[in-house]
Amino acid sequence: MSESNASATRITPGNALRPEDIAAADLKPGEAVGEYALRLGDDALILAQRLGWWISRAPELEEDVALGNIALDQMGHARSFLTYAGRAWDKTEDDLAYFRGEDEFRSCHLVEQPDGDFARTIARQLVVSHYQFELYSRLMDSADPTLAAIAAKAVKEVDYHRDHAGQWVLRLALGTDESRRRMIAGLTLTWPYVGELFEDDALVANLDGVAVRPSALRASFDAQVEAIFAEAELEAPEVPAAVGGGRFGRHSEHLGYLLAEMQVLAREHPGATW
Amino acid sequence: MVSTQCVSIRTREETLWDIAATVADPEIPVLTIEDLGVLRSVKTDDDGGNGGVVVVTITPTYSGCPAMDAIRDDIITALAANGYTDVRVNLVLSPAWTTDWMSAAGKVKLEEYGIAPPTGKAAAGKVSVGLSVKCPQCSSLNTRELTRFGSTSCKALYVCQDCREPFDYFKVH
Repeated sequence: MSESNASATRITPGNALRPEDIAAADLKPGEAVGEYALRLGDDALILAQRLGWWISRAPELEEDVALGNIALDQMGHARSFLTYAGRAWDKTEDDLAYFRGEDEFRSCHLVEQPDGDFARTIARQLVVSHYQFELYSRLMDSADPTLAAIAAKAVKEVDYHRDHAGQWVLRLALGTDESRRRMIAGLTLTWPYVGELFEDDALVANLDGVAVRPSALRASFDAQVEAIFAEAELEAPEVPAAVGGGRFGRHSEHLGYLLAEMQVLAREHPGATW
Repeated sequence: MVSTQCVSIRTREETLWDIAATVADPEIPVLTIEDLGVLRSVKTDDDGGNGGVVVVTITPTYSGCPAMDAIRDDIITALAANGYTDVRVNLVLSPAWTTDWMSAAGKVKLEEYGIAPPTGKAAAGKVSVGLSVKCPQCSSLNTRELTRFGSTSCKALYVCQDCREPFDYFKVH
């Protein structure tokens, strides 16, 4: 096989981590790394469950497909993070998704907030996608190669999500009086939950070089979101912050209902497969 | 003696590669996993008979792509049909898959099938330049994106403004 027609699949670009490196690696993370992966996986899992609700209910067919695809991407990220997290305790992704109680979930309050109307969902998407983009962009440099690999994959997908949310914010904010009113209402309902995303704690402080400090993401998050607000003639709502605690298993009243629906089949028929 | 052995191992892995490379994407059946760049490596510790473990490494196009489970099963079936029963399929995420790995032959097959292949390379820097997408039906460049999220994660839905036909576009990723 000559160089010119050699399969591109056998080329490893740049100095990227080779698949052989990961395949050969001992993937069992320590409990602290497992806890951190659990947070990231739970955010993605709960968001995927929320977004899946929109399939067949979105304002137009293309939007059913878009939100369904975004949910699928989030589900993929959740599976990777939870599979990795589970290895710290010899649990599978399904053990973690279906057989944990509410207080064992480590997701932030934002992702468990109700979908509301389409504008409220888009407001939540604007925040989540920009937060995840900033987070994964930095996590690509994590000293933990598995977290870095998942982040490098996820960041390309979250980039589309960010673009999608931004375009809808513009369309709704600059559309009709009613769409603008709803966009502002959606942002107002969403904003109390933004602060929790950027709170540091002892777990991330002890994972220096492995985890990304949430507070370090705030400035670039604000800059990106403010640029969209400027174009959409909006302002960040001035509302008091909600009480957080999701990272420590303290959740709002919404998560229990979400989990009941998500987990019922697996708990009713343990080990069932399609 | 030593060099002869090395040659024979390499040849066997190439044979195994070619078997694994016959597996098609279940959602885009004209493309093999080799065309797509999903097939990353095939390794075996077997240098003669068919008794060794075959380790096939694949990388998902998108994190949530549901085709991966079907591809994994198809690889195991294809190798089993050739007498290799001890097969392990590893899914790896790094380096992250990019449409840059799609073969030139794959892009031609895709277009003939009615899906516009990715145009240009994935962005290396901060600015990505959007290139015109060519209609796979009439080759017009006068096309428009209807939605970035199409029938699968990897595709967007476009419409041609000359022949008026909608078509799928395999996104640059």
